[in-house]
Amino acid sequence: MQTTNVTLVGVGGQGILLASDVLARAAAEAGLDVKKSEIHGMSQRGGSVSSQVRFGGSVLSAIIPSGETDLLVAFDVVEAIRAFALVRPAGRALVDRKYVVPVTVSSGMQPAPDDPEGTLARLYDGRLFRIDSAALAAEAGNPRTANMAVAGAISTLLDIPEGAWDAALRGRIPAKLLEPNLRAFALGRAAAAQ
Amino acid sequence: MKRLITGNEAIALGAFEGGVTAAFGYPGTPSTEILESLAMFRDRGVYAEWSPNEKVALEAAAGASIAGARTLVTMKLVGLNVAADPLMTLSYVGVVGGMVVVVADDPGQDSSQTEQDTRHYARLAKIPCLEPADAEEARDFTVAAFEISEKWRCPVILRTTTCVAHSRALVEENPSPRQRNETKFERNVPQFVPLPVFGRVLRRKVEVRLDAQAQEASRSELNTVIRRPGRAFGVVSHGVAALHAAEAFPDASILKIGWGWPFPDALLRSFAASVDRLLVVDEGDPILEEHIRSLGIACDGKNFVPRCGEITPSRLREVRRAMFPELRIPPAPEPVPDAADLPARPPTLCPGCPHRAFFTALGRFDVIVTGDIGCYSLGAFPPLNRTDTILCMGAGFSMAHGMAKAGETKPIVGVLGDSTFFHSGVTALLDAVYNKSAAVYVVLDNRITAMTGHQDHPGTGVTLLGETTKAASIEAMARACGVDRIRVVNPYDVDAMASAIGEELAAREPSLIISRAPCPLHIRKPLGPPRRVDEAKCVKCGACMKCGCPALERDASTGRPSVNAQACNGCSLCDRLCRFGAIGPSAPDTAK
Repeated sequence: MQTTNVTLVGVGGQGILLASDVLARAAAEAGLDVKKSEIHGMSQRGGSVSSQVRFGGSVLSAIIPSGETDLLVAFDVVEAIRAFALVRPAGRALVDRKYVVPVTVSSGMQPAPDDPEGTLARLYDGRLFRIDSAALAAEAGNPRTANMAVAGAISTLLDIPEGAWDAALRGRIPAKLLEPNLRAFALGRAAAAQ
Repeated sequence: MKRLITGNEAIALGAFEGGVTAAFGYPGTPSTEILESLAMFRDRGVYAEWSPNEKVALEAAAGASIAGARTLVTMKLVGLNVAADPLMTLSYVGVVGGMVVVVADDPGQDSSQTEQDTRHYARLAKIPCLEPADAEEARDFTVAAFEISEKWRCPVILRTTTCVAHSRALVEENPSPRQRNETKFERNVPQFVPLPVFGRVLRRKVEVRLDAQAQEASRSELNTVIRRPGRAFGVVSHGVAALHAAEAFPDASILKIGWGWPFPDALLRSFAASVDRLLVVDEGDPILEEHIRSLGIACDGKNFVPRCGEITPSRLREVRRAMFPELRIPPAPEPVPDAADLPARPPTLCPGCPHRAFFTALGRFDVIVTGDIGCYSLGAFPPLNRTDTILCMGAGFSMAHGMAKAGETKPIVGVLGDSTFFHSGVTALLDAVYNKSAAVYVVLDNRITAMTGHQDHPGTGVTLLGETTKAASIEAMARACGVDRIRVVNPYDVDAMASAIGEELAAREPSLIISRAPCPLHIRKPLGPPRRVDEAKCVKCGACMKCGCPALERDASTGRPSVNAQACNGCSLCDRLCRFGAIGPSAPDTAK
């Protein structure tokens, strides 16, 4: 069985590690071998964060070679552009509408990126999926569930049964936070299916 | 049911399943979560603690192991430099209960000042070194390391890397953990007292032990061969790099080394003889490669494999491309030009960080700042630019002292944190006072070990197991060292801090400023209401932006600053920097 490679990128504080945890657990719940790696050394201090999930029959390395990502999940527009070289020529990208202003830009040390939306559309022409996770999280009743709205959208793009996702969410999210996260997941799933 | 856990969680699980009694360590990325995970087993009889530094941790574990208990010690790579002294002698003295020293290396330097290869230390100490490649092996190898340690009565190094420590894999729990050893010290002076008369005997025993261990390593299941058809090409690698190699060289047989020191010579020879061409992939220094050459075996290695940085599947694919041009492997994709122009996201001090406030005050003085290891090391970056040197924990004080003694005429301020003060800063302060240094010493006391994710330390009054305990007082310790000029200042009051710094710089004796305010990320509540810029009063002078707070944003076209209310922690630093009264709370401050 072929290994599926998913790379998640974004900025510290967006809940990327939790989203990748849920994805990896869902793969495990589906009976697949899975490995996950993450870069979170100094990410708490506002840096770029990335996580990689690989699943299939048997997974050796936890790290995805450059250019072999099947699905890129970007929680930020700029990070989606930065990660372009990681994605297969035929790989897909799920990109949030969000743009977190880098501190290098807000402080005036570096110019703001020139037309990131245009660059994004050009680079991932025809294989780009968009999600507005902040709006979906608001609809779910808790702005901190945006990452689960993204997870819901991911679930429509991968070959993992819905029941495995549900089990993963229930296994990973603390009980008192489960309801809004399930709502956000369902909203993300519905939005991506459209 | 298998659980998806990190390498660090797996080491804690392996320690529990292997019958560990006591565990000791000092936080350091990427090793920190091991002890935090092991502390979860407190109800099942496991003792775990944060020690003030790695040397103390290893010595405490040595005492426990010599009394018969199985022990675990955890640290990051540079921590072993601190703990090297007891480790070298413990190799001779030996242990009774198995002792596993977990050292997490950081190839690629995600969060470390050096890229040192801990395998060198295993050779220097003459003790076995095991290298798990993923979480499942991390658990299994930890259990095996206890057995090896107890069998040979010597400590064993379990070397992980960032990739192993922080990646997850499926691990099946063992429902029947091993019984813990009985703790009962039995006197054995020739073994436990390495005075030269005994030490010379112990020294010879170490060599005998190494020869026997090399033979055992050659037969060990910790070393495995992934055999693939044909004998044209084989790869020897170790730890997680061997998994990357297995992926990047799909046609090659792979000798995956999990117990690499003492060198398993018989295994290395037989594998080398089974292939026509051999590549050695060392992640770090060419330790395996040089040894294999010394056996008279021709091989490729660092002539193709990068010397620096993490050895990833992508980089190994480039190695394959260079070694086998006839395969016409396409080059790795280059980052697109669009990506090269993107703004960077460097790590920054968080909104509301008290260190930012301190460095803002310090920025008013033309001084040399000797810094240290912790969140405050980010003060070296623009726009703060307020750190000139960093070496290791404690050196923020000792380098200031040395520079002053050498006659540097510019005023010097030595800076370190609360956890680093207890780690090794206090001995440096002792030196400064004893040897009459006139520098200014500052402890940035944010009441926690922040950068590694908020671990307690001797100053917090709480142990790793969650018990309350005596909190060590920085000012009392400084007084005991002989510092007469000690002041505690709230860093958010920038003017007060600046006058404190000014007065202490003028003093002709060593003085200590304790910049005290808790890490806002740790106390998890805003310091005040979010700030707001009054556009009528703002003259766009940019003074507020000079503190580098990520919650302050500046419109590129109008130059007008604004506050990102979601990010703002309400610390009030920007209010205090504005001479026009244009920044203030967006709501009444109810926190005070």
